[in-house]
Amino acid sequence: MRIPEQIQRLAIVTAVIIGGVLLVRFVLIPRSLISDDLHRASTVQRELAKPIKFAGSTACQDCHEDVSSRVRKGYHKNLSCEGCHGPEARHAENPMEVKPFAPRDRKFCPLCHGYDPSRPTGFPQINPTAHNPIKPCITCHNPHDPVPLTAPQECSACHAQIQRTKAVSSHALLQCTTCHSVPAQHKKTPRSAWPSKPDTRAFCGGCHGKEATPKDAPKIDMSTHGGRFLCWQCHYPHLPEGRG
Amino acid sequence: MNKRQFLKGLILFFPAGGLTGVLASPVRGKETSGADKGTEASGAKTTQPQSTGAYDPERHNYGMGIEIDKCIGCSRCVEACKAENNVPQEPFFFRTWIERYVITKDREVTVESINVKSRGTRELAQDDREILRSFFVPKLCNQCAHPPCVQVCPVGATFSTKDGVVLVDANRCIGCRYCVQACPYAARYLHPETKTADKCTFCYHRVVKGLLPACVEVCPTQARVFGDLKSKASRLVRLMRMNKIHVLKPSLNTDPKVYYAQLDGEVR
Ligand code: HEC
Ligand code: HEC
Ligand code: HEC
Ligand code: HEC
Ligand code: HEC
Ligand code: HEC
Ligand code: HEC
Ligand code: HEC
Repeated sequence: MRIPEQIQRLAIVTAVIIGGVLLVRFVLIPRSLISDDLHRASTVQRELAKPIKFAGSTACQDCHEDVSSRVRKGYHKNLSCEGCHGPEARHAENPMEVKPFAPRDRKFCPLCHGYDPSRPTGFPQINPTAHNPIKPCITCHNPHDPVPLTAPQECSACHAQIQRTKAVSSHALLQCTTCHSVPAQHKKTPRSAWPSKPDTRAFCGGCHGKEATPKDAPKIDMSTHGGRFLCWQCHYPHLPEGRG
Repeated sequence: MNKRQFLKGLILFFPAGGLTGVLASPVRGKETSGADKGTEASGAKTTQPQSTGAYDPERHNYGMGIEIDKCIGCSRCVEACKAENNVPQEPFFFRTWIERYVITKDREVTVESINVKSRGTRELAQDDREILRSFFVPKLCNQCAHPPCVQVCPVGATFSTKDGVVLVDANRCIGCRYCVQACPYAARYLHPETKTADKCTFCYHRVVKGLLPACVEVCPTQARVFGDLKSKASRLVRLMRMNKIHVLKPSLNTDPKVYYAQLDGEVR
């Protein structure tokens, strides 16, 4: 049987169109546009090719053994070298060509040590305008091993938040040591020697009980007031409230 | 030219096109097969295939822990992130940022993103004695196990890797901002130069090579803890075992992989 010529021609044209589509689909369009696996793999690839700028603290150790071991022993042991010196991967690769940055400016340390009421209690904070002004911090403190030069006598050096809170409270005139007895060691290595804390209702009663001596302290009935709860379960001792 | 000649020409033309395509394809073939092999060959100049400690994404699932009590709001992490990942310096482009929560005695909660560039501490609007409590909350992409941003992308440019990181294919992204809108944690932004969506990758290029993400590297108080959820003893797993853990917006069922310890109930 003979296929009519117009059918043959039509078949050729159809074949050409199909061929064209297949060509575009499988040859011209990059596979990564069609296959998810491929485009994801190439994204991962691109991601991995990104340059590393922070070498990581172990990298500095190899060449700066002395500084590293000093930092690891001191108060700054959790700090990363590059947290202060900035990204130094290029310096670590090529120490002679690339000079690292060192934060010698007085503005730098208060980023972490300036007083801020949102900071956790016990984190060493200072008031940058009042604490030995003008001179750069590193004239007195070694940035790699910042020991408090003399053990701070003031509780406020470390408990700035409590100090500032108490200072505006009705307990402002009470010394910290009225309520806490503090071993000297606590001021040097705070976590190795703990101060005492009041532990009975009777302690506060020493000033606030009906028979207590201090005249200026408002009096309450110790037997009923607050029930069986400890006073500081309702009143924060560093900022007590009662009269509104 | 008559019809016959035209058709003959066509018949010759297309196979010729195909042929050039085939000739060109070895080049492309290499590209794709390189990508096929996947992650490990990274920046390695020496051709090291699967052999030396090949990185297998199936064996990891990354997450981050954050201990609110330890964060001092120094914003070292924000700066390090910007430096490592070429995030624009302007204060409104972030892959990670820190929020300051201030809860006053009349139960008013103010949240603000602390400014990286404010050197040293800044004055609070509130007086110290008005404050009930205050703290910092570091935030970043939660690398959700069920990421809403991936669902909405119209071109499939964003996806989860096998090791649990959500990445963006910048070549494919058309910059439509659907994902920016869809993210419940506001963790994405449109990069002003590339005009594509950008977000935290857990510093994928670092962690795959065994380094810490830049933000974790510089954190002075170890408030940020990075680790592998599939590992039996990573710092993250330990943190999660020893603390009560919260995630942000658990009701959305996004299954976030940034875990907060000591998180305040006011934090959203
Ligand atoms: C390959 C060895 C090497 C590595 C790794 C290395 N350094 Fe150095 N570094 C040097 C040398 C050598 C010098 C002294 C350069 C000079 O004085 O000309 C130096 C000097 C420095 C200085 C002093 C600059 C000054 O102003 O005096 C700092 C700071 C520093 N490095 C920080 C780092 C940090 C941070 C790292 C880790 C990311 C690091 N280095 C890694 C070799 C290294
Ligand atoms: C608290 C921030 C801080 C940290 C953390 C820190 N540095 Fe420094 N570093 C400084 C400052 C500030 C100077 C400049 C000191 C000066 O000029 O007296 C400096 C100076 C240096 C110098 C050159 C002077 C010297 O003492 O030898 C080197 C080398 C150095 N640092 C390496 C390191 C390495 C390595 C680490 C990590 C183990 C590190 N630093 C961690 C702040 C820091
Ligand atoms: C990235 C944050 C950061 C920076 C920057 C920083 N420190 Fe520290 N600093 C810390 C941490 C964390 C501690 C440890 C606090 C603790 O033990 O609870 C500390 C401890 C200290 C201490 C000891 C306080 C104590 O408890 O007795 C001193 C002093 C000190 N730093 C001084 C400095 C000086 C000076 C600089 C500037 C060169 C500086 N710091 C920069 C984070 C920082
Ligand atoms: C003139 C020397 C001097 C300068 C300059 C100086 N300090 Fe101090 N700093 C001291 C001394 C002495 C102490 C311990 C006594 C005290 O608490 O005042 C101390 C205590 C501290 C403490 C508290 C230590 C603790 O245990 O609580 C911190 C934090 C601190 N300084 C940080 C800084 C920072 C940050 C700067 C720069 C803005 C700075 N210092 C500048 C001498 C100095
Ligand atoms: C060198 C810094 C420093 C000085 C000075 C200091 N403290 Fe502390 N103190 C700390 C640290 C750090 C903690 C532990 C805080 C924490 O773990 O949250 C602490 C804890 C305490 C506690 C809580 C104990 C507990 O069982 O929870 C009390 C009370 C206390 N200090 C009282 C004082 C008093 C009162 C003074 C002044 C006489 C003082 N401290 C001086 C650093 C210091
Ligand atoms: C009126 C007595 C009183 C005074 C004055 C006082 N405290 Fe306390 N303090 C307490 C009591 C009571 C607690 C225990 C609170 C508790 O267990 O919840 C306490 C707890 C603490 C704690 C443990 C952490 C916390 O916030 O609960 C620290 C640190 C502390 N005091 C430091 C100080 C410092 C520093 C001063 C001086 C600036 C001071 N205190 C003055 C009664 C006092
Ligand atoms: C050394 C004596 C003394 C001790 C101990 C003491 N207080 Fe007070 N307290 C005072 C004085 C004095 C005032 C009133 C100051 C004023 O009115 O300016 C006061 C005020 C108060 C007020 C009222 C605050 C207000 O503004 O209405 C409360 C509540 C309070 N103290 C609770 C306590 C608690 C709880 C303790 C135990 C942790 C305690 N106090 C321990 C002396 C003391
Ligand atoms: C159950 C919570 C609770 C406990 C526990 C508690 N208080 Fe109070 N306290 C209050 C309240 C509420 C007020 C406000 C005044 C009132 O309604 O009586 C107050 C008021 C006060 C005042 C101010 C009274 C005045 O006339 O100005 C003092 C002083 C005081 N308390 C001391 C103490 C002492 C000391 C203890 C521990 C023996 C204690 N409180 C335990 C809830 C408590």
